[in-house]
Amino acid sequence: MIFLKKLLKGEKRTVAQTISVVENEGDTKILENIFKYTGKAYHIGITGPPGAGKSTLVNAIAKQLLEKNKKIGIIAVDPTSPFSGGALLGDRVRMTDLALKENVFIRSMASRGSLGGLAQKTKDVALVLDASGMDYILIETIGVGQVELDIAQVCDTTVVALVPESGDSIQAMKAGLLEIADVIVVNKGDREGCDSLIMELKFALDLRQQKAGWHYPIVKTIATEGVGIEELVATIQSHKEYLKRSGRFEKDRKEKLKLHIHELIEEKIKSHLKEFVIKDDELEKIINRVYERKLNPYHIADEITNKIFKVREDV
Amino acid sequence: MTKKDWEGKLKMHKERDSEFTTVSGTPVKSLYTPDDIQDMDYGRDLGYPGEFPYTRGVYTNMYRGRLWTMRQFSGYATPKDTNKRYKYLLKHGQTGLSVAFDFPTLYGRDSDDSFSHGEVGKCGVAVDTLRDMEIIFDGIPLDKISTSMTINPPAAMLLAMYIAVGEKQGVPAHVLTGTIQNDMLKEYQAQKTWIYPPEPSMRIITDILAYCTDHVPKWNTISISGYHIREAGSTALQELAFTLANGFTYVEHGMQAGLSVDKFAPRLSFFFNAHLDFFEEIAKYRAARRIWARLMRGKYGAQSPRSYLVRFHTQTAGCTLTAQQPENNIIRTAFQALSAVLGGTQSLHTNSMDETYALPTEQAVKVALRTQQLIAYESGVAQVIDPLGGSYYVESLTRQMEKGAYDYFEKINKMGGVIPAIEKGFFQKEISRSAYEYQKALEQRKKFQVGVNIFEEEEKPDIEILKIPAAVEKNQIKELKKVKKQRNNARVKEKLKDLRKAARNGENVMPRILACVKVYATLGEMCNTLKEEFGVYHEPIIF
Amino acid sequence: MGKKIRVLVGKPGLDGHDRGAKVVAAALRDAGMEVIYTGLHQTCESIVEAAVQEDVDVIGLSILSGAHMTIFSKVLNLLKKRHATQILVIGGGIIPLEDMKKLEKMGVGKLFGPGTPTTEIVDWINECAFAKTEQPKTKRVKAKKSRKIKVRRKRKK
Repeated sequence: MIFLKKLLKGEKRTVAQTISVVENEGDTKILENIFKYTGKAYHIGITGPPGAGKSTLVNAIAKQLLEKNKKIGIIAVDPTSPFSGGALLGDRVRMTDLALKENVFIRSMASRGSLGGLAQKTKDVALVLDASGMDYILIETIGVGQVELDIAQVCDTTVVALVPESGDSIQAMKAGLLEIADVIVVNKGDREGCDSLIMELKFALDLRQQKAGWHYPIVKTIATEGVGIEELVATIQSHKEYLKRSGRFEKDRKEKLKLHIHELIEEKIKSHLKEFVIKDDELEKIINRVYERKLNPYHIADEITNKIFKVREDV
Repeated sequence: MTKKDWEGKLKMHKERDSEFTTVSGTPVKSLYTPDDIQDMDYGRDLGYPGEFPYTRGVYTNMYRGRLWTMRQFSGYATPKDTNKRYKYLLKHGQTGLSVAFDFPTLYGRDSDDSFSHGEVGKCGVAVDTLRDMEIIFDGIPLDKISTSMTINPPAAMLLAMYIAVGEKQGVPAHVLTGTIQNDMLKEYQAQKTWIYPPEPSMRIITDILAYCTDHVPKWNTISISGYHIREAGSTALQELAFTLANGFTYVEHGMQAGLSVDKFAPRLSFFFNAHLDFFEEIAKYRAARRIWARLMRGKYGAQSPRSYLVRFHTQTAGCTLTAQQPENNIIRTAFQALSAVLGGTQSLHTNSMDETYALPTEQAVKVALRTQQLIAYESGVAQVIDPLGGSYYVESLTRQMEKGAYDYFEKINKMGGVIPAIEKGFFQKEISRSAYEYQKALEQRKKFQVGVNIFEEEEKPDIEILKIPAAVEKNQIKELKKVKKQRNNARVKEKLKDLRKAARNGENVMPRILACVKVYATLGEMCNTLKEEFGVYHEPIIF
Repeated sequence: MGKKIRVLVGKPGLDGHDRGAKVVAAALRDAGMEVIYTGLHQTCESIVEAAVQEDVDVIGLSILSGAHMTIFSKVLNLLKKRHATQILVIGGGIIPLEDMKKLEKMGVGKLFGPGTPTTEIVDWINECAFAKTEQPKTKRVKAKKSRKIKVRRKRKK
């Protein structure tokens, strides 16, 4: 297969087109073919509230890694407009330093608003990049609500970026951002309120720290000027080492694979259900009767699932 | 009949639209009456022309003394071509010059820079060294004519070149009159021609303020520009508010640099857009004068009345020109120019009908200039000062504009001022949102453009277009090489080193730049030296 | 899920007038497309590289500086080098009619002058993308022009 050869060699047009196929079609054939070549790339997630300077951070981190002769794939996820289904993807603007680097591949992705589907899609796109020979995959997402939780599922190290602005830390805690953080970055560290934000964060993280064997480092950066980036990359590196040393790396990845398999099964069952067991229009009819309280949802669910789960009856 | 009775009667008449708004989307009433200006106090809010708060105009006798300066923005291809066009315009009665530079010059890049490829001489004239400026102004006496230069990041260099040309003509710097745009804040907000980040840009600007106060006292050091904010899609109110906020920011920086406000503020001038909505535009100019005067006196403590004046240049709105039925642009431009005159402008550029296709031809420029001459010499509007003063509608709209501007000032203050708001993308977002809203209004036919979404015609217009020959770039690069060969390169190096030192240790860069210019250092060499010291700017938030 | 049309909107060269590019980008988003915006002052090389990596269907360039002849031909050549000529190149800005004709001959899909309703651009892209997926052999199908704003076809993707 010429295509596979090109992909494994990291030929950019082939990589790009493969990502499109993976992103657009539910077809898993390509993924099946490339899976055995994956597992080598280290996945770093960068998330945080809007305006935290995530793209600039990604740009700066990637530049550092480039100096170490690493190959870097970047996935920048932006939300899809719920009204039109379209999206404006502008993260590249802040990554112009990387635009023409041979060892960098940047792909913008729209969340496309599919329920829980983002993690799946991102995982698939990351697999393609992994197979294409990347050493690191940086995944940038906006941290508002569900999205970043999905992303943490894909990444080995999750970096949460915050900026010293009033109420930011409270927002972060509310959004559950700190729950998923392995490393916390306080970006725009030259701004007023930086030190008090760090204090607050330290306090909030104290509790978590006692439970885990990893102390949650807070790194101060000014990404636009490259300040603190070296330390950040070193911190990510030490998290990686910690994961490997403690055996968590393998454990986490296995956990993630298990989750992945579960998701795939669920996906299959869902589509099987819709296609072969009960079509939407049939369900419509039943729903009318449920609405009139002649049937109840619990019974219906049992009845439908029993059609698939023959196994259960045999037991 | 009482007003109430009349309003009752009015309700019985069907209107042709459900809502009437200005082009900026501000709702307007069917009629304005004394009720709308009830709390207006003539002495306090209007005053006499040339008197505080200058609502009715900055000069006592306005156009009865001297007409506005008719100043067509122009420049294209090589310095030689531009010199020829200037002589043509002066021959036809133009009273001031306005230089349009090409994109490489605007960005401080030489014609042989790889980024300049394809752009040399296209949108204006190419200037690499003092030699080019000598050619542009050849045979034009700089002591008799005032020159405006639309130049921002490299403003210091072009001004230095102008001073050097003057010296060669035997005209000392303190006699020179003219303007450099030198307004970086609106570049970050709207026009997007930048080199350095905001901080060093502001430092160069205050260096120029200080230098000109001492050496070029008749020069307008900053032309605080709303024009580009409007062209980028803002509303009239946003143009007004953002421009004035920028102006006050320059004043604050000047004062922080230790300059006395009354020394530099009188040399600040303004540049506004003349857009489609006739009365809204007039109200905008009047409000600008009143706000500036009040805050300069009240907030910044300026003592000299000259610091209170909004002296402004106006250009008709390029963004309203249509490619369809281009002849209509002549009429469009005429209405816009009339609003600028009724709004009390000090100088005016009228756009040419063919500018949605290319730079204007000689013929098209002449018609545009004639439009101004018609207003000045035939229409009679220049015979009475502020003829619309006291109009219920205009005064009410002026007041509304003023209030809206103060609301914006407060918002900007809350963000920590203009520069932090730029870094947050506030202006950029406000402007692009307005631009998109207007486009949608056009497409939904809530707003109209004759020839575009109403009274359209099928056939494509056939008009003469100015062509810039491809050889221009080659020739310009050849000339540049010649200059580089002839000059004393060791001295260039030495002067550039001095410039770098000045940039580093906080010394005023202007004298150093002037020294570089005189030994024919190129624009690119000077800008790159500063770039290495100051860094480059990156666009923040986009949408 | 299914295929989304991806468009790269770019501002090559030195001119900073991004009003048109931004309005078009927003309109394409509102028409359900995924728009990659490159920001200002891009080189042709970085635009083509981004288009390749993002695997876009269309590159839309906005040029008001008069450098259109140089820039478009450079972009087309670079696409050829990258074996990416399926990517359709379109543009807008201040471009004389004569140059528009030359550029279209050169391989630029379509040029939209000032005053073009955004719906016309949306329709045109939709039609081309539609043609591409339906008949992969046809390189470029010229869409019918809908000069008049009143004729607004809605195509659901």
